[in-house]
Amino acid sequence: MNSSIAPSNTLQTLIVIGNGMVGHHCVEQLIAGGALQHYQLHVFGEELMRAYDRVHLSEYFTGRDAESLALSDAALYQTPGVTLHLGTQVLEIDRDGHKVVTATGSVHYNKLVLATGSYPFVPPIEGAHGDSRLVYRTLEDLDAIRAAATNAIRGVVVGGGLLGLEAANALKSLGLEAHVVEFAPRLMPVQLDEQGGIALKDRIEQLGVGVHLSRGTQSITAGEEYRYRMNFGNEEFLETDLVVFSAGIRAQDALARQCGLDIGPRGGVSIDGQCLSSDPDIYAIGECAAWNGSIFGLVAPGYQMARAVAATLCGAEADPFMGADMSTKLKLLGVDVGSIGDAHGHTPGSRSYQFIDQTTASYRRLVVDASGKHVIGAVLVGDNSYYDTLLQYMQNAITLPAEPASLILPSSTGAPTLGPASLPETATICSCHNVTKGAICSAIDGGCTDLGVLKSSTKACTGCGGCAALLKTVFEHELIARGVSVDKSLCEHFAYTRQELYALVRVEGVQTFEELLAKHGRGHTGCDICKPTVGSILASCWNQPIMDASLVPLQDTNDTFMANMQKNGTYSVVPRIAGGEITADKLIAIGVVAKKYDLYTKITGGQRIDLFGAQLHQLPDIWSELIEAGFETGHAYGKSTRTVKSCVGSTWCRYGVQDSVQMALTIEDRYKGLRSPHKLKFAVSGCTRECAEAQSKDVGVIATEKGWNLYISGNGGMRPRHAELFATDLDDDTLIRYIDRFLMFYIRTADKLQRTSVWRESLEGGLDYLKDVIINDSLGLGAELEAQMQLVVDRYECEWANTLKSPEKLKRFRTFVNDKRADPDILFVEERGQRRPATAAELKLIPVTEEAL
Amino acid sequence: MSPHSNATWHTVCTREDLVTNSGVVVWLDGAQVALFYLPEAGERQLYAVDNRDPQSGVNVIGRGLVGSIKGDLVIASPLYKQHFRLRDGSCLEYPEQRLKVWPVRFDGQHVQVAVG
Repeated sequence: MNSSIAPSNTLQTLIVIGNGMVGHHCVEQLIAGGALQHYQLHVFGEELMRAYDRVHLSEYFTGRDAESLALSDAALYQTPGVTLHLGTQVLEIDRDGHKVVTATGSVHYNKLVLATGSYPFVPPIEGAHGDSRLVYRTLEDLDAIRAAATNAIRGVVVGGGLLGLEAANALKSLGLEAHVVEFAPRLMPVQLDEQGGIALKDRIEQLGVGVHLSRGTQSITAGEEYRYRMNFGNEEFLETDLVVFSAGIRAQDALARQCGLDIGPRGGVSIDGQCLSSDPDIYAIGECAAWNGSIFGLVAPGYQMARAVAATLCGAEADPFMGADMSTKLKLLGVDVGSIGDAHGHTPGSRSYQFIDQTTASYRRLVVDASGKHVIGAVLVGDNSYYDTLLQYMQNAITLPAEPASLILPSSTGAPTLGPASLPETATICSCHNVTKGAICSAIDGGCTDLGVLKSSTKACTGCGGCAALLKTVFEHELIARGVSVDKSLCEHFAYTRQELYALVRVEGVQTFEELLAKHGRGHTGCDICKPTVGSILASCWNQPIMDASLVPLQDTNDTFMANMQKNGTYSVVPRIAGGEITADKLIAIGVVAKKYDLYTKITGGQRIDLFGAQLHQLPDIWSELIEAGFETGHAYGKSTRTVKSCVGSTWCRYGVQDSVQMALTIEDRYKGLRSPHKLKFAVSGCTRECAEAQSKDVGVIATEKGWNLYISGNGGMRPRHAELFATDLDDDTLIRYIDRFLMFYIRTADKLQRTSVWRESLEGGLDYLKDVIINDSLGLGAELEAQMQLVVDRYECEWANTLKSPEKLKRFRTFVNDKRADPDILFVEERGQRRPATAAELKLIPVTEEAL
Repeated sequence: MSPHSNATWHTVCTREDLVTNSGVVVWLDGAQVALFYLPEAGERQLYAVDNRDPQSGVNVIGRGLVGSIKGDLVIASPLYKQHFRLRDGSCLEYPEQRLKVWPVRFDGQHVQVAVG
C-alpha cells in the first residue's frame, strides 16, 4: 500500500465556513498543500454563487457577469474529497459535539476554519428601509441596487471611505447622479490626511459626484422632488431616489459569539499568530478575525492568514501572522489614491514632505522617521505612479536619497523608480500572494524564462494586478543578470531585431530579401514573420513598387493584392480621398463603380469610402475604372500612411484660424505610400475645438493664431492614448520638417508592428529625449532623416497604376489560373439594400468528404 | 511522392502560370487546388494543397504566405494565420485541421496534378 495515501476511514473532516475571497484562497492552498490526504473537506457558503472577486465588484455594473467574476473554475470544487455547500447557512457550532448545524442537518468536524467575513454596518437611522437602506457587498446586494436604480435619477452613498467611493462609482456607472455623504470632515479619513482629502474631494467633484462632508443623517422621510429626503439636522437635507450604506464593516462573528469563542474588543474572533481561536480546533481568517484586537479589511492580509492556516493543517511550517501592512493603492471613480504605512504622520518625531498642485488637484505626502533616513508613510492622490517605489522604500527600509522630496516631486521623466537591482531578496513584489523577489529569482533559477509561466507558477500578479509593471521589470532584470539573453530575435531565420535589420539594410544598401537572408539570416525561405517585416523595411528605405517580382512573395496577402481581405475571402477597396475632400464627380465615379460591381459601401472613420465584396479577379477592372476617374490607391491594406483627417478649417468655419484642409492635403500628399512598422494616421484641426480629433492620431496638427501645434504618438483603437504636445506655433515648413524627422526616426528605431504610441512609451528618456533629437538635432541626424524621407517622397508611384501597366504583375489577379469562373463558394445575401457575406447558417454548408488518395 | 496506381495525371496549367515562391489556384473538376512553386526550397519544387482553409471554410490558402518553420515548408492561412505543412497538409497549431494534398509534377512546360 502506498503510504502517502491514507485509507478513507482514517480521514478526518475539515470544515471551512465561508466561501468569500479569503475562504476560497484557503481552500486552494489546502488542496495544493495536500490536505486532502488527511481530510475530507466541506465548504459552506451562504451565497448562491461560489467565491467571486469582491475587489472588482463594481465591474458587475459595467458588463461583467457573475461567472466572469468567479475566482476559480467550478472544477476546483469538484475535486474528489471536496464538497461545496452553496446557499447553506451554518446556524450553530456545537463545540462539545464537534459539529456544525445547518437547516438540513449537522456535519461532524475535526478541524474548523471560520472565514465568514464581514457585513456592512448600517447605523440605526429612523425611516431607513427598502430602497433607502441598500448595502453594497454581495452580488445579491448589487442586484437590489440595480433594481432600485431602474427609475431613479439620483443616488446617495452614506460613507466616504474606500468602499463608499466604490459604491458611488457603481451608482455612477448605472447612470445615476451620485452623491457621497460622509460624517467625518474629509473623504477616506482612515487612509488620507487633510490635504489628501481635499485633493480627492476636488477630483471627485470634477467628475460630477456630489460630496457632502461633516453630515450625519438623522432620519429619512418622504421626499418632495425625489423619493426620499435625508435629514441632516440644522434643517439641512438632501433628496434622493435611493440610499446605499457603506459606512464601514463589522466582523461577521455571530457564530463565534453563539458558541462562546473569545471575541476581540471591537468584534471579530480573537486569534493568535497561528490564526487559532480560543478553541484549539477552530481557526478564524480574514475579516471575521481579530488579531491583536484589529480587523484587517483588505484582501492581502486575509490571504496571508489563509496561507498560514492551510500550511498548519497540511503539516507544513507556517509563517505566523504578525499583523499586516495596510498600505493600499486604488483607482476610485477613476482617481488614483494611495496610502502607505503611517499616512497621518502619527509616529513621534516623524516629519513630512508635501507636494500640492491645486490646478490638477494632485497631492503627495512623504512621511519620514525622526532620523530622516527611512520612509514610514505616504499619501498619494491623483497619481499612483509613485506608489511602488515608495512602498519598496518603506517595506525594505531602504535608505532615502539625499533629497527625499524628489521621491514625490513631479519630474519630466515620470515618477522616480527604484531600480530592480536595489531591492533586497525579501522585498515583496506581489502582496496579494506574498511573492518576494527571492521567489521570482528561484523560479528563474528553476528554468522559468517566460513571464506568463512565472505568473501562473508563482501566482504573482494574479490578485489585484497592481504589481504588473514592477514584476515585469524585476523579471527582465533578473533574467539579464543571469546572462539569459532576453531573446529578441525576429524569428528563427533572423537573430536580429527589426531595428538591427533596418540598420543592416540601410548601411549595406541591401535591396532584396534574398540578399539579406543570405548575408545575415538562416535557410532559404524565411517565414510569415520575417518576410513582411523585411518587405516593409525595404519599402521604407528604397520605396520600390511592392509588386516587383522579388517583393511579391514577401507581402502578406493584403499587400500582395493591394486590397483588404475580408472574412469570406473577398476584398475591400479604398481609394485615397486626401483630407476627406472629394468632388461631386468623384463621388459619382465611386458610386458608378460600386453599383457596377455590386460592392457594399461604407464611410470609414478616416473620411474615405470603403468598397467591400470584390473578388480577386475583379480588382484590376475596378482599379482601372477608379484610376480613370482620377483616384489612386489609399494604401488601406499596408502598414503605411492611411489618412489625414481634417475639419473644413478657416475656409468655411467661423471659428477656424488656419486652412486645415490645405495642410491636410499637403501632409497626405507628402507621406502617402510611406511604409512603416505599423499604420500611420494623421489629422489636422483648424482651431482649438479640435473637430478632426488630431490628439488621437500618430501625428496630430492643430491650428493656432500663429501657426500650428504639433502633437505626436496619439492612438485610438484598442489602446487609446492622448497625443503629446510636441512643438507649438510652427510655420508650415518647420512643421513638415519636424514630421519628416519624427516619422523617419520612428521607422528607423521602432519594433515590428509597434505603433508610434507604444514606441514613444518605450523610448528611454521619453518625450524630452525625442524633442532633443527632432527639434534640437542632438544626434546630428536631422538632415539625414529629411533626405531619407525626400527619397521616399520622390519615388512615390501609385502601386495600382504601376501594376495595371504590367501584364506580368496582373497574372496574379486570377481566382483560378486555368478557368475564368468566380469562386462558386462566395455567396451573398441582401441586407438594408446592399449585399453582405452569407453566414454559415445561411450557407447550410455541405460537409466536404475526404477522398482517399 | 508517387500517385496511387490507378490515379491519373491531369494537366492543370503551364509553368508560366505559376508565381515563384508564392501560390496560384487551379480549378480541377470542382476542386480548388493551390499550387506553390518554390524553385530553391529543396528536393521538391512544387506542392499542391487544398485551397479551402478548414478554420474559416473559405477558399484562401493559395493566397497565403510561404515560409519555413523548424525545417518544414509551411503555408500560413491569410485569414487566421495558422500554418500547414506543404508536405502533408498537417496543421502546426491545430491537429484537427488538415489540408488535402495532391501529387504534382512538371511535364515539360505543363503542370500536372494526380487524381484518383
